Amino acid sequence: MPVQVKGEVLDIRRVGSYQVLSLTAPGISDIARPGHFVTLGIGGEESSMLLRRAFAIHQVQSRGVYGGTLDVVIGVHGKGTRWLSERRRHDVIDIVGPLGRPFILPRERVACVLVGGGYGSAPMFMLAEQLRERGCRVDVVVGAATEERLFGVLELKRLASTLTITTDDGSLGERGRVTDVLPELMDRVDAALVYACGPMGMLQAVADMATARRIYSQCAVEEAMACGIGVCMTCVIPVVGEDGVTRMLRSCVEGPVFRGDRVRWSDVGTIPPDTLGAPVEGGH
Amino acid sequence: MTRAVISSGPIGGNEPVVHIDMSTDLDGILMPSPVLTASGCAAAGRELDQFFDITRIGAVVTKSVMLQPRSGRATPRMAETPSGMLNSIGLQGPGIDVFLEKDLAWLTDRGARTIVSIAGGTVDEYAKLAARLRVSEGVAGIEVNISCPNVENRGQVFACDPDMAASVIQAVKRHSDPRTPIFAKLSPDVTDIVAVAGSVVRAGATGVSVINTMLGMVINPDTMRPHLAGITGGLSGPAIRPVAVRCVWQIRQAFPDLPIIGMGGIRTGLDALEFILAGANAVSVGTVVFHDPSSPMRIHEELEQALVDRGFRSLAGAVSYAHRPPDPVFEEDDLDFISE
Repeated sequence: MPVQVKGEVLDIRRVGSYQVLSLTAPGISDIARPGHFVTLGIGGEESSMLLRRAFAIHQVQSRGVYGGTLDVVIGVHGKGTRWLSERRRHDVIDIVGPLGRPFILPRERVACVLVGGGYGSAPMFMLAEQLRERGCRVDVVVGAATEERLFGVLELKRLASTLTITTDDGSLGERGRVTDVLPELMDRVDAALVYACGPMGMLQAVADMATARRIYSQCAVEEAMACGIGVCMTCVIPVVGEDGVTRMLRSCVEGPVFRGDRVRWSDVGTIPPDTLGAPVEGGH
Repeated sequence: MTRAVISSGPIGGNEPVVHIDMSTDLDGILMPSPVLTASGCAAAGRELDQFFDITRIGAVVTKSVMLQPRSGRATPRMAETPSGMLNSIGLQGPGIDVFLEKDLAWLTDRGARTIVSIAGGTVDEYAKLAARLRVSEGVAGIEVNISCPNVENRGQVFACDPDMAASVIQAVKRHSDPRTPIFAKLSPDVTDIVAVAGSVVRAGATGVSVINTMLGMVINPDTMRPHLAGITGGLSGPAIRPVAVRCVWQIRQAFPDLPIIGMGGIRTGLDALEFILAGANAVSVGTVVFHDPSSPMRIHEELEQALVDRGFRSLAGAVSYAHRPPDPVFEEDDLDFISE
């Protein structure tokens, strides 16, 4: 169950194009699982920016002198993330979490491929650790436009059996996209599960590749949210249910991790006409 | 209206927390707190119950439910704006059957007071919804959403036309349990909100909920197109609060005894106090919940403290207090009789 706490900034450090923010988070870090996210209040109590910003939980430490801390990775995209990137040690930030449905872990020791686009690799650290603890083979692929936009390459190399890097400009690793190297990797390790986090386009490509090979995929989406707790209905995407019916599901509570073969990736941003309750004519 | 009873000296300071009577009575809906959730910002209470005890607030006003399941509009559905946000959800919801079976049943089991918000595309749809609620347990009141800006063509919003608004309220009144209070939710996007209020009151509304979001729009400077898939959306948050307070004030002036639920950009207890002083008997808090999911109880506590600080002994005593006659002004001559 999520809680709302005041977190103190312990550290903020630059990593490539990103900032890693470490916060005390009593009551959150000890129950957080890979794929969970938190939302952070922006701009203090009198802020004119009302909407919280959502971040995948990157790392947690549940014990120690601070009684539970967590790290999130921030990419500065606008005013809210810039404000966060300017926080300093001892500043206080309002945190709600852990939120969302986390990644599902396999019961058996199977080969897992983890794919991170840009700072989408952030939640993969905890996931890789826990999969390894279960005896699963873990291979990781990370990709970004440039070397600067990759996150956590060194640490991931330690956590994974193999780490493959791709950049659009070839500044590090292979020139190209994660999907250029993924099919060969999935076949070589006989992957049973693919986990992915990154931009919608990458998730679609990864999910389609996995599904085509009858490999189960779990994709963590990044969708614009206002509340993060399931009440505002802004973060919906079209997802096919067990009954074959498409519904607009909330990324915050029914996600952010979805089965890759259930999301109607090409229809994200629309209401497919066969969605439950879709407008009959003209729109609403 | 009850006038405030001002105690002789200030209560509070470093003394222990003083509690006053915070109950309110919305024409038969007895509530221990004047703070309600605003429709569309609390779903059906379950998510917020993780952050505070939803049975302690006045009532949960549920997201507007329609007869049929509804997918809502395409995304993006939301834009942050200065001290506010624009939304274009389009009344996504499960439809009345699933709502009654899952949401209302849960709220009733949980022991929450529930005001059910209903929305329809036609007068007949509202009538059918009212009839369904008539035979359902756990409906403390009905809020009739005749002002959602994200449905149909803007020109068709019932609350913009006093006669159309009245016909919806009449239909709901006719089909609902006569003991169930009915609140008409009004739009601020009208020339004369008092005229619309008068129209719904004559049609049988118990009271009014003031205000729904204001129609707004954001252009994305990068794409140079409307940011919302629905093009226009409803503006909410502190940015619209002065408009909301003005609407409550005007309706209170025209209808001294009408139950009013005030809402629009309430973020703190002092914001809620403004609405109470302007004439609201209760307040709904909406967009602030996205910022602070614990806020309804916080606002209740801050409002209580604000009332205590001002010497009020009950919430009821503060309702409409800003409408009191001017304080008497004494000319020097008037004071001659006390001079030696």
